[in-house]
Amino acid sequence: MNYIALKMLMGDRGKYLGIVMGLTFASLIMTQQPAIFVGLMARSFSFISDVGLPDIWVMDPKVQFVDDIKPLQDTELYRVRGVEGVDWAMPLYKGMIKARLYDGTFQTCNVTGLDDTTLIGGPPVMLKGKLEDLRRSDGVIVDIDGARDKLAKKPTVNGGKPVPLDVGDTLELNDRRAVVVGIAKNTRTFQSQPIIYTTYSRAMLYAPRERKLLSFVLVKAKPGEDIARLVQRIRDSTGLAAYTQDEFKTLTVNYFLKNTGIPINFGISVLLGFIVGAAIAGQTFYNFTLENLRQFGVLKAMGTSNWVLLRMILLQAVLVGSIGYGMGVGLTALFGYAMRNTILAFKFPWQLLVFSATGVTLIVAFAALISIRKVIKLEPAVVFKG
Amino acid sequence: MTTPELAVKCRQLLKTYDTGDQKITALQGIDLDVHLGELMMLVGPSGCGKTTLISVIAGILDQDSGQCDVLGVDWLQLSSKNKLLFRAQNIGFVFQAYNLLPTLTAAENVAVPLIINGLKRQLAVRKAAELLEKVGLAKRAESLPSQLSGGQQQRVAIARALVHNPRLIVCDEPTSALDHQTGIHVIELLKSVAVASDRALIIVTHDARIFDYADRIAKMDDGRIDSVTVVTQHPQFNKEVENVT
Repeated sequence: MNYIALKMLMGDRGKYLGIVMGLTFASLIMTQQPAIFVGLMARSFSFISDVGLPDIWVMDPKVQFVDDIKPLQDTELYRVRGVEGVDWAMPLYKGMIKARLYDGTFQTCNVTGLDDTTLIGGPPVMLKGKLEDLRRSDGVIVDIDGARDKLAKKPTVNGGKPVPLDVGDTLELNDRRAVVVGIAKNTRTFQSQPIIYTTYSRAMLYAPRERKLLSFVLVKAKPGEDIARLVQRIRDSTGLAAYTQDEFKTLTVNYFLKNTGIPINFGISVLLGFIVGAAIAGQTFYNFTLENLRQFGVLKAMGTSNWVLLRMILLQAVLVGSIGYGMGVGLTALFGYAMRNTILAFKFPWQLLVFSATGVTLIVAFAALISIRKVIKLEPAVVFKG
Repeated sequence: MTTPELAVKCRQLLKTYDTGDQKITALQGIDLDVHLGELMMLVGPSGCGKTTLISVIAGILDQDSGQCDVLGVDWLQLSSKNKLLFRAQNIGFVFQAYNLLPTLTAAENVAVPLIINGLKRQLAVRKAAELLEKVGLAKRAESLPSQLSGGQQQRVAIARALVHNPRLIVCDEPTSALDHQTGIHVIELLKSVAVASDRALIIVTHDARIFDYADRIAKMDDGRIDSVTVVTQHPQFNKEVENVT
């Protein structure tokens, strides 16, 4: 009977494609939009991920997310270093500084100042030059996306492409000369500003005059040290906020979730995708069953049980659901692949596959349920009506 | 239990339909016997209860009261599951609108009752193709219903009704959608391949052209059997029934 069910389904190509397309659309929207959302949210803490090495981030207790800089006094660094269980603690500067480009225009950049000695907190991947080149006079490292885009030089010919900033080029940061000594690959950040790395001491020179300039203290726990306990110890002994990497990421994401309209906007898109998908697929599948009601009646009259008919409808629903889901997810993956080198935020974790599978299952279950009800209630005597 | 010679035994069958405001009595105490080896035709004006009667006889509609034994079994005594099983094994259907599954080939359509009875698809289709040969459609086994003429579709439907070797075949207006010549061919085919000593045929029809092929004709009116006539003993019955319809 499974074969008959499948032939009934696929025999009417138009309807079959209609149902599959409806589910594909629903699946696509339910994966593509959340993937962009997750991508955006991941960008909000990409800086934390890129710094990577430290176990604990120490900061002002009022800090709400990674870009919400509330500077500390430099002496806080030494207080943190004094906490029992701390292997090392390094300063990190993070701030927005205007860069004057070679043609006189200005571009706000995200400047990161690394500990002069260890250079801890540097970019994850160096494309040109070496991290140690930061020790050269006026040396800065620029991220590739910024170098290609916002910091790029004007085209040499009219209508040509902008020329990416490269090693050896110069900038001005707060009226001070900065020489590009390296190009790095970073994870894109939420703000999408160019990222410039330099040493902590040089960042102090670039940054506008302020009494306090230390943004974060990066801490590594001693081997075997319980991180959670160390976090608590730092909090207790310094009065500062201390978070593990994951806690700091969560703090940042939660800030964006609570204080921006992003989740609501994406939530509406996903909900609309679900509703439209359910309406199209549900309606088409229901119509398909209605049009085949007579055939189901014939099968019933010939001795097919309700249970077998139910199995046939479920098989049809599962098949269109699986194909629609696969195509939707495939299209989303293709979309992500095509956009991998663009500014678009896109992250496709396995949880999204589960989420959209649940959505498609709900749609298919709904469509099958209303159809099954009709078939179960069908009187086989309908076959004798002309 | 009925005697073995009887394929169908109906006694005081009563069936009413509730249409909300009013009750319509479709069968008002029907008494009818159909013997094995017999071709019985049910005739009468529209709305007289013919279709309701064969629906009850075929076990796809329950009567309100009265008794309907088919092949010695009282439908009302069977559980739903056994009813389905009994129907699948013992009843064949031929419909006015053919009711072939449009996306299955002729052979696959014929194979459906065998598949319902649990036979493997490949074997069922092979057996179906053999039967299609009997009804003269060997070359159209792979055709879809839409690629067949009305007469060919009805021949496929007849093959489908016969393929599982049922002991009772109910036909609802099998020739009324066909032209004269095709209708005659179809009834001749039914008579030649379906009638057997261990099987009974009940045909509901308005089509006076085929009355001569019946062994007996039961004339219905207003939910009752008016008369049952043995055709061979009453050659003029055709004209009488024609006037009624």
